[in-house]
Amino acid sequence: MKGGKCCRFLCLQRRRLVVLSVMALGFTSPVFAALGGDAASVQADQRHFQATLRSVRSNSFQVQELRSPTGVVVREYVSPQGRVFGVAWEGPWMPDMRQLLGSYFEQYQQALQSSSTSQMGRKPLRIDLPGLAVHLAGHPRSYTGQAYLPDTMPTGTTAEDVR
Amino acid sequence: MRARLVGMVAALSALAGVVIACGGSKRSQLIASSGQNVAPVAVSNGPTGNYVNGLFASVTVCVPSTSNCQTIPDVLVDTGSTGLRILGTALTISLSPQNASNGNPMAECLPFISGFTWGPVESADVKIAGETATAVPVQVIDESKFPVPTACKNLGVTSLDTLQTLGANGVLGIGLFAQDCGGGCVQTGSSNPGLYYACPAAGCQVTAVPLAQQVQNPVAMFASDNNGIVLQLPAVTAPESGLNGSLVFGIGTQSNNALGGATVYTVDQFGNFTTTYKGTAYSNSFVDSGSNGYFFLSSGATGIPDCSMDTSFYCPASTQKLSATNQGANGGSGSVSFSVANAQSLFANTGASTFNNLGGPGSGGFDWGLPFFFGRNVFVGIEGKTSPGGTGPYWAY
Repeated sequence: MKGGKCCRFLCLQRRRLVVLSVMALGFTSPVFAALGGDAASVQADQRHFQATLRSVRSNSFQVQELRSPTGVVVREYVSPQGRVFGVAWEGPWMPDMRQLLGSYFEQYQQALQSSSTSQMGRKPLRIDLPGLAVHLAGHPRSYTGQAYLPDTMPTGTTAEDVR
Repeated sequence: MRARLVGMVAALSALAGVVIACGGSKRSQLIASSGQNVAPVAVSNGPTGNYVNGLFASVTVCVPSTSNCQTIPDVLVDTGSTGLRILGTALTISLSPQNASNGNPMAECLPFISGFTWGPVESADVKIAGETATAVPVQVIDESKFPVPTACKNLGVTSLDTLQTLGANGVLGIGLFAQDCGGGCVQTGSSNPGLYYACPAAGCQVTAVPLAQQVQNPVAMFASDNNGIVLQLPAVTAPESGLNGSLVFGIGTQSNNALGGATVYTVDQFGNFTTTYKGTAYSNSFVDSGSNGYFFLSSGATGIPDCSMDTSFYCPASTQKLSATNQGANGGSGSVSFSVANAQSLFANTGASTFNNLGGPGSGGFDWGLPFFFGRNVFVGIEGKTSPGGTGPYWAY
């Protein structure tokens, strides 16, 4: 953190994962999808966020990292079967969650509307459904979040990997 | 506990300055009782009667340059955001609507984690205690003036635009920054994060807004005592029905707001510092009176189980005594001891509003919420303002 403000996000990545360029991975074109989508089918998120792209690989999944002009970094986690099983983001502003959650957005919204606790108070947001988890935290000028599909996580992958 | 904390820091640190600074906090906590720069604040169940660890104050707003004023009670005191936001339904006076550069009325969508606030940007004179800021751009939270834009809804958080969803009559954002958005919202095109809208009859469109027209930290616009705040809340050892404290304006500007021996922690451009817990450093960490507990990591990482009824709180079998170390970008460093109790057991205390050991999972870092403020005088230095702690933004405690 102290070493280089400019690579705040990437430094974290480099510690955990090998950073490779898209071309080095042999992709014919950049690929993304919203949560649950087919990795080979869409580049919609990159267009939507007008983002630059890096691809990162670990042993059990690939990560597509988008960096939007507003400074929001989105990482989409793709299983060996080519399915986006998780998305994570951080940056000074909130991303368009409808775009990121794709077909899961409505389910998330319904869960959000129906989640009522008897205690009022401001705290991180957590939706934990059997097949969908969405967690948000932070404050204006610094938001972090993760969403993942517990049932489609590659073997050996945990929620802590989606970050 | 304080003595042990100081001992740990002394053992870990070779910097005499840090030891002396922490030695200063051994003195009993001073809480200002009254003064021209002192506003009373209180933890209570709030206007909805069910708020937990919510800190509230009264704020007076006036039609600019008039004596047509209204005092709004039960406004949430939030060091985690910037700007005064008032529910339109709580206002009985009409403030002065502001226009965007194209001449159309200006509105804002401000996302918090718990939801967004939407409504017009209007100008008000803001008075708290004996302090006055004139012609302050504030947000009036009101969905009836202009429909909520699709992009605001697509942020995926719910609306906080009613008393029942906000749990307060407004939010007094007196955090690290001078404006709620800053440089990003001055930009046109894809670099603009899209908080501000110009709203002609045909519909609201994202617009660029100069810094001075953005929603402002009212403290930074006070005529004096405008370089920051000190929040002073007494220690809490068991669930309480409420708690009284003081919000003191200015740092080192009067005899009641001296920095004293507090350690200064400067923050990064995102308003964060680093918290190290069990050997791992988390850079997205922050101090926030508007969060109602200690929120950190996950049950997978901490081994503390989530509550079964509400996974946003921790429910350990027995109270967990924990510690972590905070570090500012300036190297300022200190250890913090804190406890996390079973939230479900805490909430069984009917009528209690104040809990010193309420915690839950977070995401990516440590959110030092309101319990962190109990028994501490916490300073917030505003960006670009000079004070005895240096130039803000910083926290000191």
